[in-house]
Amino acid sequence: MNKDEPILKVNNLHVTFSTYGGTVQAVRGVDFHLNKGETLAIVGESGCGKSVTSNAIMRLIPDPPGKITAGNIYFKGVDLTKLSEKKMRAIRGVDISMIFQDPMTALNPTLTIGTQLTEGLRQHQKVSKEKAIEKAIDIMEVVGIPNPKERLKQYPHQFSGGMRQRIVIAMALICEPELLIADEPTTALDVTIQAQILELFETIQKATGVSIILITHDLGVVAKIADRIAVMYAGKIIETGNNRDIFYQPQHPYTKGLLNSVPRLDLAGEKLEPIEGTPPDLFSPPKGCPFAARCPYVMEVCNKVFPVQTEYTDSHHVNCWLQDERAKSLLATIANE
Amino acid sequence: MFEDKERKKILQVHHVKKYFPMDRGKQLKAVDDVTFHVYKGETFGLVGESGCGKSTIGRTIMGLYNKTAGEVIFKGRDVHALTEREKHAFYREMQMIFQDPYASLNPRLTVREIISEPMEVHRLFPNKRKQNARVDELLEEVGLNRDHANRYPHEFSGGQRQRIGIARALALDPEFIIADEPISALDVSVQAQVVNLLKTLQTEKGLTFLFIAHDLSMVKHISDRIGVMYLGHLVELTESDTLYDDPLHPYTKALLSAIPIPDPDIEEKRERIILKGELPSPIDPPSGCVFRTRCPVAMDICARKTPTWQEAKPDHFVACHLYNENGPKVNIQGHNKVEV
Repeated sequence: MNKDEPILKVNNLHVTFSTYGGTVQAVRGVDFHLNKGETLAIVGESGCGKSVTSNAIMRLIPDPPGKITAGNIYFKGVDLTKLSEKKMRAIRGVDISMIFQDPMTALNPTLTIGTQLTEGLRQHQKVSKEKAIEKAIDIMEVVGIPNPKERLKQYPHQFSGGMRQRIVIAMALICEPELLIADEPTTALDVTIQAQILELFETIQKATGVSIILITHDLGVVAKIADRIAVMYAGKIIETGNNRDIFYQPQHPYTKGLLNSVPRLDLAGEKLEPIEGTPPDLFSPPKGCPFAARCPYVMEVCNKVFPVQTEYTDSHHVNCWLQDERAKSLLATIANE
Repeated sequence: MFEDKERKKILQVHHVKKYFPMDRGKQLKAVDDVTFHVYKGETFGLVGESGCGKSTIGRTIMGLYNKTAGEVIFKGRDVHALTEREKHAFYREMQMIFQDPYASLNPRLTVREIISEPMEVHRLFPNKRKQNARVDELLEEVGLNRDHANRYPHEFSGGQRQRIGIARALALDPEFIIADEPISALDVSVQAQVVNLLKTLQTEKGLTFLFIAHDLSMVKHISDRIGVMYLGHLVELTESDTLYDDPLHPYTKALLSAIPIPDPDIEEKRERIILKGELPSPIDPPSGCVFRTRCPVAMDICARKTPTWQEAKPDHFVACHLYNENGPKVNIQGHNKVEV
């Protein structure tokens, strides 16, 4: 594998869920990549497919009812969609780890923290119990849990929410993964605790060089820790770019709308401009651009064909017909008149 | 002190305490000696992290909880001393919007029945025709339409359900609305819709809001004045811009600095005050100042004495020993405003 090659490459990923009411097309052709040591934030609102995408990378889509119907997920050159469950199990928790949103439910209430922390290590790396405990103590110190020796013997209910999330992070890190997927890791936490956890992520990434995919809806968190951003809407990525590309030069009307609808603590008297309407139903997603029905700049073509990807800059890609040369020249003419 | 003649106090909360009994004679001090007032026509924001007592205050003001001590005065009358009949009248003037639009609407009732219920209880209209006309009107006021009246809650999205909850709160034409985390269950683009709706309704109807939320950015956006709570205590209260520009209490400073701002350049330059540790238990709160166990500038006196609630600057209240008349002047680093 080439050194500069991305650690993860997702091509044309499709995931569907069969339900009583029909088939939900949760992820509809997603492409992105993740470079080594960087943090990619996947941003979007509930139901846009961001969690399904991350679960698909971990091959955690329950089948049935879910199914990866098309696409490839290359992790260090290996297509994860083609692996057997047994081979996948050797990757999960070892090479790729995941942190879930709710630290209250991610831990088993009947097992001690020590047992849960060392489980992965003992399963995957066949280390002795003593060695595993040693390592668990080390990693607890890294994530900032005081008195790790004593706390190993305790159960999840004896920990606060913030401490539980630290344990979940320690569990994810103990086998030294190369890729960490964090699905809304701070959403269930208070802001002062969130600040502690975000700082922890930055420290860990500096120390271990782990690549991170951060799934979130919180644009403030994204501004703080993401290197690159992918914006998802209705099962598709509609804009990707570097952190500053997205915040300072957003091109897709949805991205702009999202940025205009959150109040900023540091500004006074700003006007919030919400995006009117609601996202489309993914049982029968629209044929064209899924944002067309809510878009203030909608054109005829938007309802018919999903926009092709255009390169706004080398690092900044957008799927929007407004970026098309024909639309641009038309807009220029209108502006001139 | 002079009474501000221009601004009428519609609600006064005086030294209110709400303790919940626990096992072995212990008490959970959800709200411990909180004092503030709300002016007519303003939006008063109450912020704090989970477990700080902000929702308990809201419910105690509504009379949904019996107070343990103190007084809640609404338009000159003690809410907790009302007779049943007076309470009935009181609820016409004060209504509530709840957090979870999925749990606060009865799934077996149609939207029309949900919105009509308070009008029926209060016998507002002589006949169904007039009542139905009012329901249609309310639906339109909150951005829905009259065709929605015969549907059930499950047919609506979260944002639409919250609009139904707002329509229900407006049904009695109240003066005062307590909104307890009205947008935290909603997606960001929808949050802005609901907040803008609340603002519009306020201007049109001259409503007074008590807006309870944990999201300080949104609270600051919507509120005229803000009270910050920590572990059952109000620690600071002032106008919302002042709270950001000149926070006094160390907890307020830490809270402000912890909130990420959706702007990468600013985030890069910001200094954070990372609070150590976690929220202590309200069953066994620290002695003296409840924040002292996490406070970066705690002093000896903080463990011994509960700081008094005082007006440190005009219209700017704080409970912290740093601002006592002869208290030491300590500068807390962090939460620097970043100029771009």
